[in-house]
Amino acid sequence: MTVAPELPVSDLLTSRPYVVSTVRQQTHDIVTIDVRPEGEPIAFVPGQFDMVYVYGTGEAAISASSDPATPELLSHTIRAVGGVTQALNELQPGATIGIRGPYGRGWPLAAAEGRDLVIVAGGIGLAPVRPAILAALAQRERFSRIALLVGARSPRDLVFRDDLDRWTADRRIDVHVTVDSAVRGWSGRVGVVTTLIPRVPFDPEHATVLTCGPETMMWFTGEALRKRGVDPAQVYVTLERNMKCAVGTCGHCQLGPVFLCRDGPVFAWPEVADLLGEREL
Amino acid sequence: MRSGVMTPTALESLVLLLRDRGYRVVGPQVRDGTIVYDELASTAALPRGWRDVQAPGRAGLERRDDDALFGYAVGASGWKRELFPPRQRLWEAVSDGDASFHVVEAPEPDQPLAFLGVRPCELAAIGIQDRVFLHGLAEDRVYAGHRRGLLLVAVECHAPAATCFCTSIGTGPGLDVDADGVRAAGSAAHATTPAPAVPDLVLTELLDGEHRLLVRAATDEGDDLLAALEHREATTGDLAARAATLEAAQAAIDRHLEVDGLHDLLLGNLAHPRWDDVAARCLACTNCTLVCPTCFCSTTEDTTDLTGEHAYHERRWDSCFTLEFTHTGPASVRTSTRSRYRQWLTHKLATWVDQFDTTGCVGCGRCIAWCPVGIDLTEEVAAIRATDGREVTA
Repeated sequence: MTVAPELPVSDLLTSRPYVVSTVRQQTHDIVTIDVRPEGEPIAFVPGQFDMVYVYGTGEAAISASSDPATPELLSHTIRAVGGVTQALNELQPGATIGIRGPYGRGWPLAAAEGRDLVIVAGGIGLAPVRPAILAALAQRERFSRIALLVGARSPRDLVFRDDLDRWTADRRIDVHVTVDSAVRGWSGRVGVVTTLIPRVPFDPEHATVLTCGPETMMWFTGEALRKRGVDPAQVYVTLERNMKCAVGTCGHCQLGPVFLCRDGPVFAWPEVADLLGEREL
Repeated sequence: MRSGVMTPTALESLVLLLRDRGYRVVGPQVRDGTIVYDELASTAALPRGWRDVQAPGRAGLERRDDDALFGYAVGASGWKRELFPPRQRLWEAVSDGDASFHVVEAPEPDQPLAFLGVRPCELAAIGIQDRVFLHGLAEDRVYAGHRRGLLLVAVECHAPAATCFCTSIGTGPGLDVDADGVRAAGSAAHATTPAPAVPDLVLTELLDGEHRLLVRAATDEGDDLLAALEHREATTGDLAARAATLEAAQAAIDRHLEVDGLHDLLLGNLAHPRWDDVAARCLACTNCTLVCPTCFCSTTEDTTDLTGEHAYHERRWDSCFTLEFTHTGPASVRTSTRSRYRQWLTHKLATWVDQFDTTGCVGCGRCIAWCPVGIDLTEEVAAIRATDGREVTA
């Protein structure tokens, strides 16, 4: 499992200013914000998250969505669901935001080497796995097949459409996109993302799966993969709670004994399956 | 290390000495019909001649028939308030104009703290919060700023309340000091018993005959303080009086929490009907988490001043009993009171052990006394144990 790079304590607890270079509208309520650090760039591991701060408004925990090979241009993809994320959606290029991090345990890319890499993303869940896709493509020879399964509620809820087009044309990765409900002009698949799992070519006995999306979607993805014959220990999920501190002291992200911020946010499925199965834990 | 006996009057010299050495001295005093810990101007402010009367849903004071200075069990709110203040600034963003800003960390506290009158259970609570804030992923600056240089004057407990159960947890009522260090006396340690924060001085108030204080130094700093204070050598009579005091305190504690197998008992009974039963009584008022000396949950709040040139990032106590606590995206994870009480109790007594290698409970009984409807965690655990669902389904 990949671990966080060592950071000075002050960098873990105090926000640093970053300047917004571009704001890309992904959907009606999701933007990707590219920022450049005022100081030295800080490396991150795919799957790690940052605490992103808007002046006077507050912080939100957001996974990095950019290429880990270029930490000098860091991106976060943010849906407007609360005060801070709404303010982030309204940012203009040139604005300064604060960032502290990165935090947590990332995707186990090294453990997937020599195996089929299957990535299952639902909606904005494509954002936290995007750095893993880019890192895997950058070292393509280390993996056997790479398959990307993407689901969204409707075509207008698909994020990173440029990437999806680019990857679809790229023979090194096998891309499958589906939407829960289609609209006029959509010629692709219709159905929830789990319906793709039985059809996509990969070797279940030699596959490592990264999945990110709503908890219900990940739950059914886990089930579909188990039916296909994938070892649950080879299925990884990333979990979300309302982290406030990101270092295991505010108590908000507890799931039973687990602090999502410190022990996750990426977990092997057997580490959290029972905990997620318990209602309101 | 020195030990000896001093008069209650000599305690004033200790307070003056600590102030001379630059400490902000915090100690127990009577306020609003209860005992609180706050800055102590002089030993005249100590709760002389008061005892606390605590029972489920009930906390008050009554007169003792002696002049005991430490004749109560524990204050309403623990020392947590000083080390992990209810509201703390973490950092501040200062506007540089043009939508840019820089970040300034909150200043370190300018004065070291000295606590006078810390109970053995409270030393354990400080030991637990040390693990959370000092020995986790990142040392917490605010906590460490207050904790560093903290001087602790502990006082063994001779007046436990009806809500106390330190003897079940292994955190009191006394303290043994020897070459190996300091540990609770008067109860047996378990695998999950928290290690106490190391006090500098340990006092025992002796009320038989002449009112006096047995003093034992446990650190070099404590030894140095005691050397500067008027005291005489302890006699075998003084030591026997301490033993008798401790024995009486131990005997006076009749509340019990069975800790054997507690972790698995609670986590194996997440579907127990008792959670519904307690949820029907629990008001989710958060009192228990606020008075608990180990509860550490917090949230952050961001504000700006009127000019908009300064934005403050502050932390304040939070509670797992609120609906907002688990609000993620569009909804909260724990919507029912059942799930929130279950979270609090299973965290305190079970998952805390997974996280920090110690129980999160020190047996101080505050959550029982300050619960407006008198919910008693020892009773809740006993009820679950009596109808252990694991046996039913096995």
